[in-house]
Amino acid sequence: MSPWSEQRRKLLNILLGTSVGATLVAILYPILKFMIPPEVIEATQTSVVAGRVNELPPNSGKIFKFGNKPGLLVRTPTGEYKAFSAVCTHLDCIVQYRPDLRLIWCACHNGQYNLSGKNIAGPPPRPLEEYAVNIRGEEIVVSKM
Amino acid sequence: MRVETWRSWLDERLGTEAIREFLRRKEVPIHRHTIWYYFGGMTLFLFVVQVVTGALLLLYYRPSAEAAFESVQFIMTEVEFGWLIRSIHSWSANLMIATLFIHMFSAYFMKAYRPPRELTWVSGTLLLVLALAFGFSGYLLPWNKLAFFATKVGTDIAGDVPLIGPFLLRFLRGGEEVTGATLTRFFGFHVAILPGVTTIVLTLHLILVQKHGMSIPPSLEGARVRTMKFFPNFLLRDLIGWVLAIGALAALAAPFPWGLGEKADPFAPAPAGIKPEWYFLFLFQTLRLLPARVGIFEGEVVGVTLFLLGALFWMLVPFLDQPASRGWRSRFFTGLGVFIVLYIAVMTIWGYLA
Ligand code: HEM
Ligand code: FES
Repeated sequence: MSPWSEQRRKLLNILLGTSVGATLVAILYPILKFMIPPEVIEATQTSVVAGRVNELPPNSGKIFKFGNKPGLLVRTPTGEYKAFSAVCTHLDCIVQYRPDLRLIWCACHNGQYNLSGKNIAGPPPRPLEEYAVNIRGEEIVVSKM
Repeated sequence: MRVETWRSWLDERLGTEAIREFLRRKEVPIHRHTIWYYFGGMTLFLFVVQVVTGALLLLYYRPSAEAAFESVQFIMTEVEFGWLIRSIHSWSANLMIATLFIHMFSAYFMKAYRPPRELTWVSGTLLLVLALAFGFSGYLLPWNKLAFFATKVGTDIAGDVPLIGPFLLRFLRGGEEVTGATLTRFFGFHVAILPGVTTIVLTLHLILVQKHGMSIPPSLEGARVRTMKFFPNFLLRDLIGWVLAIGALAALAAPFPWGLGEKADPFAPAPAGIKPEWYFLFLFQTLRLLPARVGIFEGEVVGVTLFLLGALFWMLVPFLDQPASRGWRSRFFTGLGVFIVLYIAVMTIWGYLA
């Protein structure tokens, strides 16, 4: 081959290579972006009615919806109200109140929290997030602290 | 037309003679480990069972948080033989993972990954990853409580992968939480993306197996090894295995129909007894044994990092086991394999009892 046509071949290869590359990027980039779920902006709720006053006897608990996350409302054996995020700090399961243990318990791996939300046994690494509880008339209002 | 004419008609168009010639020549070694050569074919057979029963389930299954559980219930109670098809799909999934493990470890101990079969091994490890992904994504589809929480836990662990964890978690869940969006996504993975990718990798794996033929373990190399013809001798024996597999499936699927449990409720406490499927149990049990913090790192992050490194190591075994590639016995890798099998067995049993 003459040096001239070798040069020309090189140039053509570069052009071809880059356009193939660019085409691949143009195809793969939208696919990748498509697969990543869009950020949904949630109206962040800061308080919610978690229940009514006469609903919970002492030493019991219930799950309520706090936006799209579960919360746990507990009435302690002494009659006090407490509220926490019900999302276990270990691996995301939903916790429950155990009247027999007088503790908050996660069934997934036997995690335990006391009535202040502190992790006291099992794998959970952190306390549960605590919410403020206010009684307004008949309603129990729970809000982010 | 006579058979001969048909044959040459087809051959001119499809090149069937080349295939017949190939089959005539393909041979399988006979020795005391020949039995292990059957497990790849068995896994392939069970995969075909998955494709067929899965396609049937698709006729009634509906992938949404509102309808999924009810549609599986409908399959179980209203559709004729629905309980059987679903039960076979579930049992066969488990058997397939089991035969896949047996196939993989037999290849490991026979050192079938030695040159020139390194890429056969690598493609096999990819198939293992794909099969596990099939199992994990399929598990959520009935949208019951156990599956819901197992998926929460499993994807939360994926969130502990160093660097890409948070991205991976959102990618798998289709958002921050396990919701209907996760179900839709897992459905897409399970019935479209994974089957597509698996078909490609599986084809590669099978082409490589045909190209290189069956390997002979180093302990028998040099000795006189008899062979049998692949077609029909070995294939007929394969067929017996498949009939046995159908028998095993029937014996499991009919008397022990796969349960459905209770519908998932994202606002109910987790029920007791959340466990991943048995083939994830050893990983899970390992995580459970790690302390909450290892040095400055979270225990889970350390565990997940170790698993990923382990998987990478496993994938690269053909390139790391230098003695075997030189044709020596490589005791270290054999010992390591024994250790890994024992580790998996002990952790799995422990996980069950815990
Ligand atoms: C192309 C192939 C496949 C298709 C179209 C398919 C389709 C489906 C569908 C529609 C379901 C939901 C119905 C149900 O839960 O019973 C399902 C569930 C499931 N699939 Fe598949 N599948 C395929 C392959 C596989 C493979 C290869 C595996 C395992 C390695 C697998 C494992 C599972 C599991 C564990 C479930 C949950 C079973 C249950 O609890 O009901 N699938 N599949
Ligand atoms: S998720 Fe709660 S203890 Fe593991």
